[in-house]
Amino acid sequence: MTDQKNIRNFSIVAHIDHGKSTLADRLIQHTGGLSERDMQEQVLDSMDIERERGITIKAQTVRLKYTANNGENYVLNLMDTPGHVDFAYEVSRCLSACEGSLLVVDASQGVEAQTLANVYQAIENDHDIVTVLNKIDLPAAEPERVKRQIEDVIGLDTEGAIECSAKSGVGIEDVLEAVVQHLPAPTGDPSAPLKAMLVDSWYDAYLGVMVLVRVIDGVVKKGQTVQMMAAGTEHQIDRVGVFTPKGVMVNQLSAGEVGFITASIKEVSDTNVGDTITDAKKPCAEALPGFKPSQPVVFCGLFPADADDYPKLRDSLAKLRLNDASFEFEAESSAALGFGYRCGFLGMLHLEIIQERLWREFDLELITTSPSVIYKIHMVKGDMLELHNPSDMPDVVRIDYIEEPWINATILVPDEFLGAVLKLCEDKRGIQENLTYVGTRAMLNYRLPLNEVVYDFYDRLKSISRGYASFDYEMTNYDRSDLVKMSILVNGEPVDALSMLVHRSQAEARGRVLCERLKDLIPRALFKIPIQAAIGGKVIARETLSAMRKDVTAKCYGGDITRKKKLLEKQKKGKKKMRMYGKVEIPHDAFIAALKMREN
Amino acid sequence: MLTASHISAKCAIYIHWPFCLKKCPYCDFNSHVRDHVDAAAWQRAMLDEIDHFKALFPNLQASSIFFGGGTPSLMPPETTAAIIEQVSSHWGNGDDIEITLEANPSSVEAGRFQNYKQAGVNRISIGVQSLRDDALKFLGRLHNVSEAMTALDVARNIFDHVSFDLIYARPNMTLANWKTELSEALAMNPSHLSLYQLTIEEGTAFDHQFRRGRFTLPDEEHAAALLTLTREMTLSAGLPAYEISNHAKPGAESQHNLAYWQGDFYMGIGPGAHGRLPSNTQGAAQAHGQISRPENWLAAVNKKGLGLESFETIDPKDRAVEALMMGLRLTKGIDLKAFQARFGVALHNFLDPVEVEKLSASGHIAQENGFFTLTPSGVPLLNYLLGRLLA
Ligand SMILES: Nc1nc2c(ncn2[C@@H]2O[C@H](COP(=O)(O)OP(=O)(O)O)[C@@H](O)[C@H]2O)c(=O)[nH]1
Ligand SMILES: C[S@@+](CC[C@H](N)C(=O)[O-])C[C@H]1O[C@@H](n2cnc3c(N)ncnc32)[C@H](O)[C@@H]1O
Ligand code: SF4
Ligand SMILES: [Mg+2]
Repeated sequence: MTDQKNIRNFSIVAHIDHGKSTLADRLIQHTGGLSERDMQEQVLDSMDIERERGITIKAQTVRLKYTANNGENYVLNLMDTPGHVDFAYEVSRCLSACEGSLLVVDASQGVEAQTLANVYQAIENDHDIVTVLNKIDLPAAEPERVKRQIEDVIGLDTEGAIECSAKSGVGIEDVLEAVVQHLPAPTGDPSAPLKAMLVDSWYDAYLGVMVLVRVIDGVVKKGQTVQMMAAGTEHQIDRVGVFTPKGVMVNQLSAGEVGFITASIKEVSDTNVGDTITDAKKPCAEALPGFKPSQPVVFCGLFPADADDYPKLRDSLAKLRLNDASFEFEAESSAALGFGYRCGFLGMLHLEIIQERLWREFDLELITTSPSVIYKIHMVKGDMLELHNPSDMPDVVRIDYIEEPWINATILVPDEFLGAVLKLCEDKRGIQENLTYVGTRAMLNYRLPLNEVVYDFYDRLKSISRGYASFDYEMTNYDRSDLVKMSILVNGEPVDALSMLVHRSQAEARGRVLCERLKDLIPRALFKIPIQAAIGGKVIARETLSAMRKDVTAKCYGGDITRKKKLLEKQKKGKKKMRMYGKVEIPHDAFIAALKMREN
Repeated sequence: MLTASHISAKCAIYIHWPFCLKKCPYCDFNSHVRDHVDAAAWQRAMLDEIDHFKALFPNLQASSIFFGGGTPSLMPPETTAAIIEQVSSHWGNGDDIEITLEANPSSVEAGRFQNYKQAGVNRISIGVQSLRDDALKFLGRLHNVSEAMTALDVARNIFDHVSFDLIYARPNMTLANWKTELSEALAMNPSHLSLYQLTIEEGTAFDHQFRRGRFTLPDEEHAAALLTLTREMTLSAGLPAYEISNHAKPGAESQHNLAYWQGDFYMGIGPGAHGRLPSNTQGAAQAHGQISRPENWLAAVNKKGLGLESFETIDPKDRAVEALMMGLRLTKGIDLKAFQARFGVALHNFLDPVEVEKLSASGHIAQENGFFTLTPSGVPLLNYLLGRLLA
């Protein structure tokens, strides 16, 4: 057991790509947590997808042993947090399990949107903060300028800021010293009844449900019967351990420590993140405040491209959920798409990640229907319903008014792209709240409807700023809005997967783009196919796909037959993945392609 | 490697002569321009390969011989004679079979027609391509219209069976243009005509030019109209289409080409030639492909007696699919009884019954007198219909 005064629990907060994972690797390596041989880049990003996309999705922790310059031995618990706005919720719960943060800023880039968002969260959690200017090895690094920026924009004192290069290892020792010297030790009572925070939980193929805990007061040990205060359940502890980053069993965890426990818990969904874990026989007097559970904000339907894969999709979703309680799914059926699931996600990145994992880990090709946010439909009769799926929209005559969710967005962008970004925000019905400067970059605060952001806002922002703009947002409120349901009709048949709620002012433009897209995506048939976008009975955009007239090859001798046969086989495979809308076949990938609203 | 088979069956023999005087800009056939061709070496190699096939497939009966190219009318007539002789002695039964040679209509070649006849050739197919000088120029041909006419005259004086090829649906061709040109062709009273719409083949000079927008082709609508016009005109001239692009007076159909479309066995001799030969498994076939580059093929034959580079066993199901793809090109369609006899299962086992129902109702396919066929409205859409029909 380590004396609490020699424990430091801290997080690293940073904008994406500023070097959080690299710094974590370096700290682990420097304190001997992993041998040179075991060291693989970004050890804390354990999913393939995390390593490939260079993002951290799940929170991770690691216990480091460090002998400081003062000769004392310290235990440092590093909690790596996700860097993307979709997972902001996980960031906040990690932060609440620590006393301090390292704010990492790329010295060649300066403050970015997520730097701000994340550091404000750390401040809200009462953290002491050590500022780290990373990447000073780069010729473009300007630590002095970036320090001034941090002082001006965030208001943090950069007096003790550390300059380092996570890549080369320069300054790593200083970072560790600063953690010990400037971040506070935990101050729980080891002899009080057990009070621990359930920080996260996931499913491990060998150990079952693992629960990451931060002990506030008291001690948790093997064999002990604990109570989850909010859930009201009791469990006997099987194992207690820490990550070094490999899992290592220990006898107990006491006040101030971070580690994992396993107990007779069947499913991840039996654990509530933020719950208070206490001793069943000797409970603590008061539970921790807990967290609001994370709420999905973006919904879409997922249907197997090959209808035979439905049971596989069901099993795969269930498996993914074992590890990610933040997405929801429930069975849905569609006339044309067959059986599938309506799924809720924390954001577009989350949606993409789940979709990609289904494809990568479970070999499932999917049809994705248009993503939707939750609308509040206020009925004439006075009741309100939450609409997750545009195809459930009630008859307009029964609707009094509709509300849609809004966000506060922070965008940082170099001056030269400001005009384009302002135009984008205006196009997306944004309302400007503030425009200031951070050095040579503009910092914009905009209120925007979430449904505009869900479509293609982030992609477009990246493309018009050549990747230089950074973006972060938080959900704020619901507001009344003139929304209409736009249907897409192919040969007169509504295509449910493509119907969406849009603002009246956007309907025509979006309808036109969709019709044009579909014209290229739908294979021609023996008859001509009108493709229309309509609001109610009124057509607002239209394209016509001409009938097929001739595709026979003029000459065909013995030789080329093998090639032709292969082509035909490919065509046949594609056929299985077609969906019939009336008399028209739509290939499964047309749905995804049509909904990628990226212009040009 | 090909497996020897003692099965006795009819087989069409294809001989590929890979050389041309000039490469036409639209052509993706295995044709090559060479300053010098060692005629003796080529003759030896062709005969050698034929002998090797004989050892593997001793009991076939040659049902037709086709000299294709390239430009087989550049082949020394002695070589032609030697090949015909060899094939007949290996696989002949004394019957007269169709022996076709493809010819280019230059005066030099026309001068050799008589020799080819003496060699045993009894049918000639001439690459006239167009009856318009400007079009021949565009197509990069070495001959003009009057040379083509002369060659045709010479051929008709020598052979009972003369066919010629035309390429239509050329850039800017109107229905009226084609109507006149085709009328002129029909007025010559041929017994067989091959009428191909110009297609842009990958990797050809035309492919390069077309993609750069140097010329345009008739759009699909117009191409369909040209096809319909062609079929109507040939029909009323007594030369109905018996295949998508082939027209003949009844009885004058090319036996060799019919063999491909009816799913018979065929053997490919010479560079780049393909074949479908019997397998010891009933209903299956052995597919083979020859090395394309003439020099490499020649070297391989000199070394091993065969210039083959690819083999594949085609199982009965695949072979049935091939038979469907090829058979529907024929106007008469697929003979259901013959199909069942050959593959041991009915054609309908390979078809999607729902689509058959729908496409019959929409009038694109028909089933009459034991034949499964495309209707006139189905013909232009063959590829699409195949995609739907196959189960
Ligand atoms: N030159 C340089 N590159 C660095 C440094 N630290 C990180 N990087 C690079 O910056 C990129 C993003 O780093 P990563 O640790 O994944 O950032 P994260 O998104 O904050 O976790 C990677 O390509 C790293 O190799 C550094 O100190 N110097
Ligand atoms: C093997 S080729 C050529 C035979 C001979 N060497 C000649 O050019 O006359 C047979 C026929 O296919 C046709 N053909 C070749 N390439 C074509 C293309 N790209 N489009 C349309 N027809 C083509 C021509 O009519 C040609 O006569
Ligand atoms: S079209 Fe005939 S002559 Fe022209 S290159 Fe092709 S094979 Fe040779
Ligand atoms: Mg990372």
